[in-house]
Amino acid sequence: MSAGPNDDPDLPVDNAARESRAMMTVRPRGFVTRALGSDLVFAFLRSRLTVVAAIVTLTIFLAAAFAPWVAPHDPFDLASLSLLDSLTPPAWENGGSASYILGTDDQGRDLLSAILYGTRISLAVGFASVAFAAVLGITLGLIAGYVGGAVDSVIMRIADVQLTFPAILIALLIDGTTRGLFPGLTREESAFYVLTISLGLSFWVQYARTVRGSTLVEANKEYVLAAKLIGLPSWLIMLRHVLPNVVGPVLVIATINLALAIITEATLSFLGVGVPPTQPSLGTLIRIGQDYLFSGEWWITMFPGAMLAILVLSVNLLGDWLRDALNPRLR
Amino acid sequence: MLAFIIRRLIQAVIVMVVVSLIAFLMFRFVGDPINQMVGIETSVEQREALRERLGLNDPLILQFWYFISSAAQGDFGVSYQFRQPVADLLAARMPATLELSFVSALFALLVGIPMGVYTGLNRGTALSNIFLSVSLIGISLPVFLIGILLIFVFAVNLQWLPSFGRGQVVDLGWWTTGFLTASGLKALILPAITLGLFQMTLIMRLVRSEMMEVLRTDYIRFARARGLSARAVNFGHALKNTLVPVITITGLQLGSVIAFAIITETVFQWPGMGLLFIQAVQNVDIPIMAAYLMLIAFLFVIINLLVDLLYVAVDPRIRLTGRSA
Repeated sequence: MSAGPNDDPDLPVDNAARESRAMMTVRPRGFVTRALGSDLVFAFLRSRLTVVAAIVTLTIFLAAAFAPWVAPHDPFDLASLSLLDSLTPPAWENGGSASYILGTDDQGRDLLSAILYGTRISLAVGFASVAFAAVLGITLGLIAGYVGGAVDSVIMRIADVQLTFPAILIALLIDGTTRGLFPGLTREESAFYVLTISLGLSFWVQYARTVRGSTLVEANKEYVLAAKLIGLPSWLIMLRHVLPNVVGPVLVIATINLALAIITEATLSFLGVGVPPTQPSLGTLIRIGQDYLFSGEWWITMFPGAMLAILVLSVNLLGDWLRDALNPRLR
Repeated sequence: MLAFIIRRLIQAVIVMVVVSLIAFLMFRFVGDPINQMVGIETSVEQREALRERLGLNDPLILQFWYFISSAAQGDFGVSYQFRQPVADLLAARMPATLELSFVSALFALLVGIPMGVYTGLNRGTALSNIFLSVSLIGISLPVFLIGILLIFVFAVNLQWLPSFGRGQVVDLGWWTTGFLTASGLKALILPAITLGLFQMTLIMRLVRSEMMEVLRTDYIRFARARGLSARAVNFGHALKNTLVPVITITGLQLGSVIAFAIITETVFQWPGMGLLFIQAVQNVDIPIMAAYLMLIAFLFVIINLLVDLLYVAVDPRIRLTGRSA
């Protein structure tokens, strides 16, 4: 663990504290220099656990990105599937086969390949929704902080109300509503977008609050005043001058958010409202496998589960470390 | 003090109005309610008559008013999939969810606080490190995965505990309880642990960091200097002061308990409101979704209000300064 005296990594509770900490953390100008500076590299190499987490994360990212080349089989190629091969146990168990190292699922898909492709989908949804949430949150936070007044109140009230509801509930509601609004959409086509939008809409608040906080500070500084005086339009000041100075802490939030997004996607898929079984994500694979737990085919659910756990744990550790490393108060 | 409560009440009302507006808009515009209610053989005239009778041609504001006033009387319409009043469906499922949440909260508090105190007092010992590692897992692992792991170990391999359902329940007329039968109690264990684990780690970490903070303060040093026993210092003075944030957080986290209850109930096929809600989302059963949303919002608002009041009651500093939290 990247333990400091004050480590409470993932407490949602801590959000306010973490945000204020994160805000103090990154002095705007020095951020990039510091990120590349020896301090950070040194801290990184000193924490062995973080190095392990980084290597694991990177390996998973690469394996998922290059799944079509890395995976031994193509799980989506229906022609290559044979029901005779279905429910083959892992290679080291009785009845296992060397060509299916981790065994096969109920349709005869190679589990290792399915996991690699599934991780790919999980990561794609994770990254897309974090990007969406960040863009939405930063935009609204900038506007709220810079424009102020009624706009600020409305945006922040919405944020407050939304914050009282857990992300998963909001994502579920949006998911259900979207499919009610567009009954023509098939699962296969829409799942990715519906998931990304649901997750993005349920995570934007944190970004908005943080960015608004720092924007309030920045908006009163002289360079903003100067920009106003020479008659630049508001949107340009926000985009070109304020944004670069408030965007630092967002990086930390985004890393921690990625783990959360992956978990939430997996949960939604597990609940049966996420990615469809034809192109399974990790959550979908676990869901499929749960039915076979009792008949002894434990591997269908356990391997994707382990993959998910390892992925989330490593990303979380990285996020923790990043937060601590960028926080001078903990040094 | 009174102003504080009134301000909180007004906020609560605003939240409820906003949420019911969202619920109403979902109810009204996602899919056509008429199509959901009648069969294919219903003629256009009959549909129009029904539309008129239900007030769907009235101005939206008026419709919203109908919606709120009937919701306030516990009428949330009829479920599309079950053809039964939503209120009845929810009422039948509520005891299961509440019992599960109650037991898991109990578990989280009774295990989390002692573990937090222990790790706060004994930093760096082997047991502390084990506790902290477990808590990291509890925070990192998705709830449904924890549930599946527990099922795999305790239901499939060891066969000690049931893996689904509530076991035998006793019907008290208005409430069905699993507390009174052995199988009901056994069925509660795994889901309650699954649901409570996240809360438990949260409470443990919170108590730990608060303990470490408090133990550094002067009055603790003074208490030690007075020669008080370690127990009196640690529990009488230190722990007591860590409990304020614990109350707040536990209260506010009840929201995520309810959210995680959806997942836990799905894993264990627990016949509660969460399972009902998931089925509603899968089948786009808007009346149930809308009613569930409003019910949850109502619970949240009440809980937040209670937590605020409790906070004021526990921490005199808030009363003195009189500022809103």
